[in-house]
Amino acid sequence: MDSLARTLEHARFCEDAALTQGILQRLDPRVKLCGLLALILVAVSARRLEVTLAVWMLGVALASYSCISIKVLATRTWAGVLAFTGLIALPALFITPGDAVLPHWPITWQGLITALRLIVRAETAATLAGLLVLTTPWTHVLKALRTLRVPTVLVVILGMTYRYIFLLVRLAEEFFEARRSRMIWTLSRPEQRHMAGAAAGVLLNKSLQLSEDVYLAMQSRGFRGEAYTLHDFHMERRDWMAAAGFAVAAALAFWGGFL
Amino acid sequence: MHIPDGYLSPSTCAVMYAGAAPFWAVALKRMKNVFQARLIPLLSLMSAFCFVIMMFNLPVWGGTTAHAVGMGIASVILGPWASIIAISIALLIQAVFFGDGGITCYGANCFNMAIVGSLSAYAVYRAISGRSAITSPRRIAACALGGYIGINLSALCGAIEFGIQPALFHDASGAPLYAPYPLSVSIPAMLAAHLSLAGVAELVIGGALVAYLQRADPALLKRTAPGAAADEAIPADAVGWDKLRPLWIGLAALMLITPLGLLATASAWGEWGPEDLRNPDTRQQIAASSSNVAPPPVVPSGLEKLSTVWTAPMPDYAPKFLKSEKLGYICSAMFGTGLILAAWLILGSIIRLFTRRLQPTP
Repeated sequence: MDSLARTLEHARFCEDAALTQGILQRLDPRVKLCGLLALILVAVSARRLEVTLAVWMLGVALASYSCISIKVLATRTWAGVLAFTGLIALPALFITPGDAVLPHWPITWQGLITALRLIVRAETAATLAGLLVLTTPWTHVLKALRTLRVPTVLVVILGMTYRYIFLLVRLAEEFFEARRSRMIWTLSRPEQRHMAGAAAGVLLNKSLQLSEDVYLAMQSRGFRGEAYTLHDFHMERRDWMAAAGFAVAAALAFWGGFL
Repeated sequence: MHIPDGYLSPSTCAVMYAGAAPFWAVALKRMKNVFQARLIPLLSLMSAFCFVIMMFNLPVWGGTTAHAVGMGIASVILGPWASIIAISIALLIQAVFFGDGGITCYGANCFNMAIVGSLSAYAVYRAISGRSAITSPRRIAACALGGYIGINLSALCGAIEFGIQPALFHDASGAPLYAPYPLSVSIPAMLAAHLSLAGVAELVIGGALVAYLQRADPALLKRTAPGAAADEAIPADAVGWDKLRPLWIGLAALMLITPLGLLATASAWGEWGPEDLRNPDTRQQIAASSSNVAPPPVVPSGLEKLSTVWTAPMPDYAPKFLKSEKLGYICSAMFGTGLILAAWLILGSIIRLFTRRLQPTP
């Protein structure tokens, strides 16, 4: 139940953050999508740690000018990535062959650089991906995907999926809450597994019923299998400037990363 | 299992996108042909369902919990191609919106979980369920095992992708640029976690869901069960002694002739132990059976070390308390068969437990 509640809370937070008036929020979603994707790509490809760190700092600066505090980034993005990647990177300190950092120490320079590189790269990519979602409503992200030549049918499916995820999450949450509110003792582990199986079954039935209802509703509104999306984005001067800024930053990072 | 950005090199990511693209294209084409106008709402809801299923934390061993990916369930309910699309879409939303899995590694994640996972889970499900009836307990075991094998094959693919990074991409000092562990570390580490935790979650949710659907809505299982036998009440004696007698007699005969293996001299190819590699006679036999390639002059240290990790209670099918080799073979065959039968009896009782407990309340 906790993970279901966290999903809903995260979505609500992102929607609220995307409505504030920061520098990134005011940009055309297509510029943001392409620019941030380009930065992620160069951050991941860069062979020099300093370059990846510089891209990370650029992401943090963009966040602070977009009304997203460092505390929000730290709690919502960095902590999770650090916990996962740190756990994976930790043994690399000891098992990567190379020169010892200090005499008689099991940690090697090569291991230290490898672990740092992994953590910094994962944090940078997560920060930039997080910026996209925290500064752009999901519907705009989807529309912007059309600029990357993603087929319309997939964009429509993505939009509907996102919408129905919350409905199903809410249903599952209510299911577990109703069950929990009728209990005076905790369930045993096998009973918890059985309940999860039954909940998944009910959810599947509801999903299929709902898909039929949605299909009939779409048909009654004239849907004949072709999907269309509106294109109401207009590039303004600041968007062109931002696009140029992203291009220069990505090119510099690419050049610096392979020096 | 969800590979984050920065663990794989951009060229590996590009290869994985290229590997996944034909499967996406075929899956989408097949889906359009089958569902036509229903495609959009059905896939949307199924993707949302897969997403939510990935958030169900199931208690497994001790105090740990794990979540399933839903590849077993999705491929059994929707078929493998729709499952590929549904899981891919769920993974995209997870990557972009929830930061679970990287954007550059999205192709690799889809290849591992949506493609390899769905196709292998479906193949195992169809192979085990065969033509059994829709309400047969065999289908519960088939879906559970399909999910278990599917998620472990996905993990194996992920481990291979991780494991090749240090060999292919490192800087001048030898420090790895991406995932730092070689195949010898990444494969055991990934498989240990998935064989013991994530695989169990997939097995539990797959078995439980099929057991539930068999009671609540068996029609949903028919799409991927073409040729399933009609659901008729099976007579009590249909699987009794009379039907199985020839099989039991055949099994007993096979146990009696197991000492035939003693006629063969030398070790089976590739099953050599450290003592075989030390013995000059056995070394000659190994070289003769390996196109005259001599085995290494000293026993490899890894082989030496690992050969002592586990000592079998009945080494070489020869229990220590028996003098006769032939009798030892027959006893080992009886013991092994007994263990397998016991394992199936336990599995059968688990399936019956699922079936009984998941009966829907009216």
